[in-house]
Amino acid sequence: MLVIYGVAILAGCFLVGSIVGEFIGALMGVDSNVGGVGIAMLLLIIIVDKLIKAGKISKPSLDGLSFWNQMYIPVVIAMAASQNVLGALTGGPLAILAGIGVVVISWACVPLLSGKKHSESTFHEAIVRGETDA
Amino acid sequence: MLDLIKNVFVNNGLITAFVVVGLTMWLAYFISDKFTKGRIHGSAIAIVIGLVLAYFGGVATGGTKGIADVSFLAGMGFLGGSMLRDFAIVATSFGANFDEIKKAGFKGVISLFIGVVLSFIVGVIFAFVFGYRDAVSITTIGAGTVTYIVGPVTGAALNASSEVIAISIAAGLVKAVLVMVGTPFIARFIGLNNPTSAMVYGGLMGTTSGVTGGLAATDPKLVPYGAVTATFYTGLGCLLCPTILFLITDIFL
Repeated sequence: MLVIYGVAILAGCFLVGSIVGEFIGALMGVDSNVGGVGIAMLLLIIIVDKLIKAGKISKPSLDGLSFWNQMYIPVVIAMAASQNVLGALTGGPLAILAGIGVVVISWACVPLLSGKKHSESTFHEAIVRGETDA
Repeated sequence: MLDLIKNVFVNNGLITAFVVVGLTMWLAYFISDKFTKGRIHGSAIAIVIGLVLAYFGGVATGGTKGIADVSFLAGMGFLGGSMLRDFAIVATSFGANFDEIKKAGFKGVISLFIGVVLSFIVGVIFAFVFGYRDAVSITTIGAGTVTYIVGPVTGAALNASSEVIAISIAAGLVKAVLVMVGTPFIARFIGLNNPTSAMVYGGLMGTTSGVTGGLAATDPKLVPYGAVTATFYTGLGCLLCPTILFLITDIFL
């Protein structure tokens, strides 16, 4: 078994997801890939899970997946470095205030929607409650 | 001589980007370790350095692709571009727990719809406060606060002015940048420490670059859960903003 098998499985899932995403986009009449990445992720999770349980995938192949998994943060940094930050800062007060406003309000809604009971550590729950009380 | 070296960088853009990102991360982890005693995660610092580089790239070239507009750093745009970004995001799902995704699936879908509509409403209110009164401009700015892709897509569909489209893109960029930088700091106050809250986070914030960058700097294990919902957000926004949300906005005005 080769490293490339793992990379090929990843790439295959990516392409299938992208095709399905474009198809959903076309059905919705939107000229963009709707959820293609999400679909590719679900596909990869299911396929890798099945292969591992069937013992049909070897360590080198998993390393091929693991490499790209760990390349994620460097890719994100390159992405940050190629954002239009100047555009964000020179968009005028309306753009800046609307951008800040939407983020702060959305942050406030996260605990409301995710529900505290799913929190894994009671320590964090205590902190959240403390903040709300204050 | 200088030209010769520069040409090597230009002709091997992606390889140059590996070196630049590697050096950036080394510097970031050094700062994290020595000056914050590891309290601020190295990748959070690396993302901030990336954004600062992007700012100076924009100032130096007047372009829209940050540091990637500098000729010998064009490879940064490729490494951080949509193809490799999405490929690496898919790879993060290797290691994610499907049962967790199923368990939080319903909340994830609900948070997607709430996230798009809520962001839109906030943008609409700010546009109104700043004196906009026509439904097309207000809808476009509202769509911009959904994401910086939904804004111009909606603006183009509704024939908004280029000035309004520019504001909508800028609002979406501010959102993406703030989520990238702010997530690690806000995480513990909003209970962002488990797969369910990460999926809700992806659905509520939506901006894929912001969510995945922010979660990577908070806890890389959360990235796949946030990404799996966030990648549906822009598509949903492109669907809802120029149609239903525009019609509703039009009725109110």
